[in-house]
Amino acid sequence: MAKANMRLDKNPMPSQDPEVRNKNFQEVALGYTEEQALDESQRCLNCKNKPCMTGCPVMVRIPEFIAQVKEGKFEEAYQIIAATSALPAVCGRVCPQESQCEKYCVRGKKGDPVGIGRLERFVADFHNQNTTAPAEKPTSNGHRVAIVGSGPAGLTCAGDLARLGYEVTVFEALHLAGGVLVYGIPEFRLPKSIVQKEVDGLKALGVTIATNTVVGRTITVDELMSEMGFEAVFIGSGAGLPMFMNIPGVNFKGVLSANEFLTRINLMKAYLPDSDTPIIHPKKVAVVGGGNVAMDAARCAKRLGAEVYIVYRRGMEELPARKEEVEHAEEEGIIFKTLCNPVEIFADQEENVNKIRCIRMELGEPDASGRRRPIEVPGSEFDIDVDCVIMALGTSPNPLIKSTTEGLEINRKGGIVVNEDGLTSRDHVYAGGDAVTGAATVILAMGAGKTAAKAIHEALSK
Amino acid sequence: MYRIVRKEALRPTITLYEIEAPLVAKKAKPGQFIVLRVDEGGERIPITINTCDLDKGTVTIIVQTAGATTEKLKAKEAGDSIQDFVGPLGKASVIDGSKKVCVVGGGVGCAIAYPVLKAFHDAGAEVHAVVGFKNKDLVILEDDFRNATSVLKICTDDGSYGQKGLVTDALKELIEAGNQYDEVFAVGPMVMMKFVSLTTKPYGIPTTVSMSPIMIDATGMCGGCRLSVGGEMKFACVDGPDFDGHQVDWNIAVKRNMMYHDWEVKKHEETCNLLKKEA
Repeated sequence: MAKANMRLDKNPMPSQDPEVRNKNFQEVALGYTEEQALDESQRCLNCKNKPCMTGCPVMVRIPEFIAQVKEGKFEEAYQIIAATSALPAVCGRVCPQESQCEKYCVRGKKGDPVGIGRLERFVADFHNQNTTAPAEKPTSNGHRVAIVGSGPAGLTCAGDLARLGYEVTVFEALHLAGGVLVYGIPEFRLPKSIVQKEVDGLKALGVTIATNTVVGRTITVDELMSEMGFEAVFIGSGAGLPMFMNIPGVNFKGVLSANEFLTRINLMKAYLPDSDTPIIHPKKVAVVGGGNVAMDAARCAKRLGAEVYIVYRRGMEELPARKEEVEHAEEEGIIFKTLCNPVEIFADQEENVNKIRCIRMELGEPDASGRRRPIEVPGSEFDIDVDCVIMALGTSPNPLIKSTTEGLEINRKGGIVVNEDGLTSRDHVYAGGDAVTGAATVILAMGAGKTAAKAIHEALSK
Repeated sequence: MYRIVRKEALRPTITLYEIEAPLVAKKAKPGQFIVLRVDEGGERIPITINTCDLDKGTVTIIVQTAGATTEKLKAKEAGDSIQDFVGPLGKASVIDGSKKVCVVGGGVGCAIAYPVLKAFHDAGAEVHAVVGFKNKDLVILEDDFRNATSVLKICTDDGSYGQKGLVTDALKELIEAGNQYDEVFAVGPMVMMKFVSLTTKPYGIPTTVSMSPIMIDATGMCGGCRLSVGGEMKFACVDGPDFDGHQVDWNIAVKRNMMYHDWEVKKHEETCNLLKKEA
C-alpha cells in the first residue's frame, strides 16, 4: 500500500469567492476534484480501531470507504456509505463533521483531521453524476409502515425500512418532500436538486411520498393504523413553532422568524424575480441568534442585498453555529454584534421597523447548559438602524400531533417521549428527530430515524 | 394534482370552485381552511372552506379575484387541475352552547361565514345575520343565508341593495332593538372584524372573529400568522383561526396584513397582463 500522505493540513475546499457568492444563491463550496480527493484520501491512516466511526450517528464505515477512494474506486466507496446512510450527498455537505467523525480522527491530534465530510461529498457527487441506473426495488415483505414527515429523520427511516422490503409511505404536510432540507437549509449550502435526487432514490426503492397531507389534521396517527392498515408509524414531524423574544415591538412589520424568511426563500424561491411569493428586500437587517439557522438567514439576507448584523448575547467563542458557517458568514461581510441582546424594537408610524435597541452583555458564571451566562451591562444600551429583524431563536414542538394522538406522552418542553429504540408511549408508534429533541442537527435526526427503523423491523418481524 | 369538478362565476370577480380532495372533504368542519397552490412555482394561499360533499369527495371554496394567485386560479376551468390543495387546517369553530347568535359577514367573507352560520342553525340556535357588500353586483349567497336565518340584514356601501351603510350600524340596530345574543361571529376583512368587535364590546357580547393573517405553511412552522391576542402571541394556523375579537390587537394585525400590499398589487398587474397575452 502507498505510504500515507503525512501533510498536516486538509486539502482546502474550493469555493466561490466571498464577494461573488454573497450576491448569488449558487453553492458556495464547489467540491473536491478527483486529484484533491485522491490526495486527501491518502491522509487516512486506516486505523484498526476506527475512532472516526464512533463519532458518526449513522455509523458510516469511514476507513473502508476512504480505502476505496484511495484506489480510485469511487462508486464502490459510495456503496459503502450508502449501506448505512440514506443521504450521503446531504451529509457530506451539512453534517457538523468537526464535532463528529473528524473530531475523533487521529490525524487531528497533530494538524487537521482527514477531510471525511469533503470526501463523502466527493464520493456522493461522483455517484450522482455517473450513475443513472435507479436502485432496484427490494421484494416486499408485506408489512406496511407510515412515516410522518419527509425530513432527514423520516427519509432515513423510510430508506432503511424500504431496503428491508417494507412498504413505506411518507406523509408530508408541505407540497415538496425534504422537510428542513428544502424549506430551511439554503440552496447555496445544499442545492435542492441534490435533495430531490435523494428523494427520487427512495422512490426507486418503492417508497411512496404523499405530499399535502398534514398528519394531525388531514389524517390522524390512529387512523393511519386503524383505517389505512399501517402496522407501525414513525413520527419525524420536525420542530415546530418559531420562538420570538418577549420584547416590545416584536410584532411590528419587518420582524419575522428565520423559519418564515428561509421558507420564503428556499421552499417558495422568493429570491427569484418571477416568484409568486413575496419577500422583503431589507436594507439593513439584524438577525437575532447564533446558530446555524441564524447564519443561514443572515447569509440569505446578504444575498438579497442587505447589510446584515448578527446579534448574539454571548461571545464569538460561544456561537452554537458550525465554525465553518461562521467563517463563511464573516467572509461574506456579515457583521457580528456579539455580547449584545435586543431589548426593544422600534417602528415608524406605519409600524415598519426602523431601529433595534440592544444592551451589551458580559459573561458570568456557567449556567445549566455549561455555557457562561450572559449578564446585562447596566446603562449600555445602544441602537442599530435596521428595517428588518429576523428571529432565529429555535422552535417549540408542533402541537398538531400531540393534540390529536391520545396516549402519546410529551415531555415538559413539548417533545415526544421515546425510549432508546425510539418507541413512544404508544404501541407501534415511534418518533425521532426534532419532534423528540427540539431543534438539533440533520445527522442526529437521521440517527434517530435509523434507530427507529431497526426497532420497527425487530418488532414487525417477530 | 387536484381536479376542479365545478366552476361557477357567482359574480364577475367572485368564483366558486368545487375541487376533488376526498381526505379534506372527510375531515373538514365549519371554520377550517385549506391552502392551495395553483401551479408549480405558485404561491401558497389560505382559503376558508365553504362546503364539503362527502359522497363526491369534494371541497367547495369561494374566491374573490384579488391578486396574482387568484387571477391564475380564475384562468382554470372545470376539468383542469390545480397543483396543491391541503387541509383541513386550523381549528373548527366552536358551535355548541349558543342559543341565539348573530353572524356578521363582509364581502367574500360571507363564504366563510355561511358554514358557521349553517352549523349554528343546524344545532338549533336562533340565527340572525348581517352581511355587507360594496354594491349590489357583489352580493353572494343570499338564498343560502336567508334559508338558515330568522333575520337577515343585507347592507351595501352605496345603498344599491338592502340598506345603505356599514354592517356595524345594522348590527348595532339589532342589538339596540333588544336582541340578546349569546355570541356574535364575524368574518370578513380585518378592518370590518375590528369594528364589529368594537361595536359589541360596550354591550359585553362575546365576539368571535375568524382571522386571516399572512401564512405560508399553515401548519405551525413559519410563524408568519402570529397575532397578539390578550397580550399573548398566538398563531392563527394552529391556535385559530377563531379568536376572541375583544382580545385581538387589531392595530398591529391590520398593519401586518398589509406587509406585502405594494408587491401584491404589482404582481397582480403583471399576471393580468400575462394572462391577457396568452388569451
